[in-house]
Amino acid sequence: MNELEHVHMGNGHGLPEIVKIEKIVDENRNAKTFFLDKRIGFKPGQFLMVWIPGLGEKPFSISYAGAMTGITVYLKGKFTRRLFEMNTGDRIGIRGPYGNGFTLKGNACVVGGGAGIAPLAPLIENLDDPYVILGAKNADELLFDKRFPDAMITTDDGSKGFSGFTTELLKNILKERAFDVVYTCGPEIMMKKVFEICENAGIKCQASLERYMKCGIGVCGHCEIDGFRVCKDGPVFSSEQLRIMESFGKTAKLKNGEKVSIEDYTRHRYE
Amino acid sequence: MALGIEISGIRLGNPTVLASGILGTSRKMLERVIENGAGAVTTKSISLERRDGHNNPTVIEFDAGLMNAVGYSNPGAIDAASEFSDMQKLDAPAFVSIIGKEPGDFAKVAKMMENKGFSAIEIPLSCPHTPGFGTLAGQDTPEKTYEITKAVVKSTNLPVFVKISPNIKNIGDVAQAAERAGASAITAVNTMGPGMIINIDARKPVLDFKVGGVSGPALKPVAVRCVYDVYESVKIPIIGTGGIMSGKDAIEMIMAGAACVGIGSAVYYRGIDVFGKITAEIEKWMDKNGYNNIREMIGAAHE
Ligand SMILES: Cc1cc2nc3c(=O)[nH]c(=O)nc-3n(C[C@H](O)[C@H](O)[C@H](O)COP(=O)(O)OP(=O)(O)OC[C@H]3O[C@@H](n4cnc5c(N)ncnc54)[C@H](O)[C@@H]3O)c2cc1C
Ligand SMILES: Cc1cc2nc3c(=O)[nH]c(=O)nc-3n(C[C@H](O)[C@H](O)[C@H](O)COP(=O)(O)O)c2cc1C
Ligand code: FES
Repeated sequence: MNELEHVHMGNGHGLPEIVKIEKIVDENRNAKTFFLDKRIGFKPGQFLMVWIPGLGEKPFSISYAGAMTGITVYLKGKFTRRLFEMNTGDRIGIRGPYGNGFTLKGNACVVGGGAGIAPLAPLIENLDDPYVILGAKNADELLFDKRFPDAMITTDDGSKGFSGFTTELLKNILKERAFDVVYTCGPEIMMKKVFEICENAGIKCQASLERYMKCGIGVCGHCEIDGFRVCKDGPVFSSEQLRIMESFGKTAKLKNGEKVSIEDYTRHRYE
Repeated sequence: MALGIEISGIRLGNPTVLASGILGTSRKMLERVIENGAGAVTTKSISLERRDGHNNPTVIEFDAGLMNAVGYSNPGAIDAASEFSDMQKLDAPAFVSIIGKEPGDFAKVAKMMENKGFSAIEIPLSCPHTPGFGTLAGQDTPEKTYEITKAVVKSTNLPVFVKISPNIKNIGDVAQAAERAGASAITAVNTMGPGMIINIDARKPVLDFKVGGVSGPALKPVAVRCVYDVYESVKIPIIGTGGIMSGKDAIEMIMAGAACVGIGSAVYYRGIDVFGKITAEIEKWMDKNGYNNIREMIGAAHE
């Protein structure tokens, strides 16, 4: 049996566990945080597969650590609409945490946009005094600006903070300060831009990507991006990996595997 | 020591083959599996039309294996034909898995995949959880197996592998029907079942499709028996698939009659580099037990 010793025989981690929603917090016009009655050990950047029995199962990043693990959800389509109708005391299924998570490094800058701020929040709390840029379209869609009062805020329409994109602020700060690493999560076009800025400045980048997930455990291959599995090899990818990903910022696959532009992928709704 | 093996004129550097439906969604993914030591790779099954597949949850792990109802999600033959090209340039042979509702669909997809550099075509007539296909469409009977295999063999110059179900009593008859129709090898087996897992707190089956095919350790003894039976029924080589986690599992399957082994669920249990690991374990065992090549072990349990 020696050879089998390092074979991880099933331990049931793969089955969803039913948990209770302890608390629901309205974060902004489009986002709510659901606190679950369960403490989960995880690395910032990891995600859960959230199951609504009879409706479906979708990936969500862990946004709060602690006795009540939290996920912060933006309203999109059928699944998130049903989640938004739920009340304290309702039950959902979870499995995970899955994915690799961020690798913690020293002197860091964090750039988050929209829903991408969710997985970055526990990271920010684990870093030593990072420089944080949080962006959104407008003040009503900002996430965690109160949770991180020291963060630099940008809005596309200038309704709060710096008027413009997170990437413009990043470029400006890089002229004055040096960082060992830039962490980013948000719209893929933004992350691509952040990555390019980092490449030009010679700074390492870690970006958390999204692709349509089915198994979440690295077997079905659906979330694949240029040979990397977002659910297992990612969702966080390094500069070395991003450099060889031809589809990064360009294309992604729908539920049926059809390759479409990243804009069409994000816009797509499954009803 | 020789770990290489030839099946139907196709040379594999080692006997590990990536099973269909695991990771085989793109050329780059297959390339990566080969870098991780696979002797050959198989694509995710491809149908004529694009398919969403079933809703999530589609794949889950339980105590003794995986259960899946992916439902043949794939981008369809036109997209697949542009994704998979120059497959002969990969460092190991690649097989294309194709599916259809009618014999004519199989033949059409086979034609579309013909000049892509694949070494063989695999036709699963055995999926237990997709309406219109496999066992749910009665494609696993000897008669249908003969009809579909014949249609594909006629439409292509490539060797045709027929993938059969573990859920049939007369598995030898099905394998013989495939052989008579011109199949070059038998892939045995597909997933078992279907099975069901109910979450008692939710009072609901976990898979959205409710039922799914069982793979991994739970399937192994059944798969070994199937391969043993098929070996007694046909002369064409067998790709023994089902529950192979280690080098010893692979050797057990080879002794039951397989010429090489399909590996799927083990990617979950041991990582994407499972192919290299299992090959090294096979080599170690052969070395210790005085075997010089894979051929000497094929069907050894029958003597
Ligand atoms: C690793 C990862 C972490 C995520 N973390 C968060 C988070 O913290 N907060 C948050 O609000 N959202 C997160 N998402 C996105 C979230 O999964 C989708 O918003 C959700 O699935 C939408 O479902 P829907 O039925 O409401 O909308 P739909 O109409 O089904 O889809 C809307 C959009 O959501 C995405 N999506 C839908 N299904 C899936 C799926 N199975 N896998 C991946 N993406 C899908 C697609 O881009 C689609 O265009 C994450 C996605 C990934 C891959
Ligand atoms: C997630 C998943 C998807 C699968 N998809 C396919 C498929 O598309 N076509 C096919 O012929 N077999 C498919 N199979 C079956 C496998 O190829 C294999 O026959 C089976 O899993 C047994 O091998 P294993 O125990 O090593 O996984 C799938 C299996 C799994 C687990
Ligand atoms: S979702 Fe199946 S491999 Fe990532």
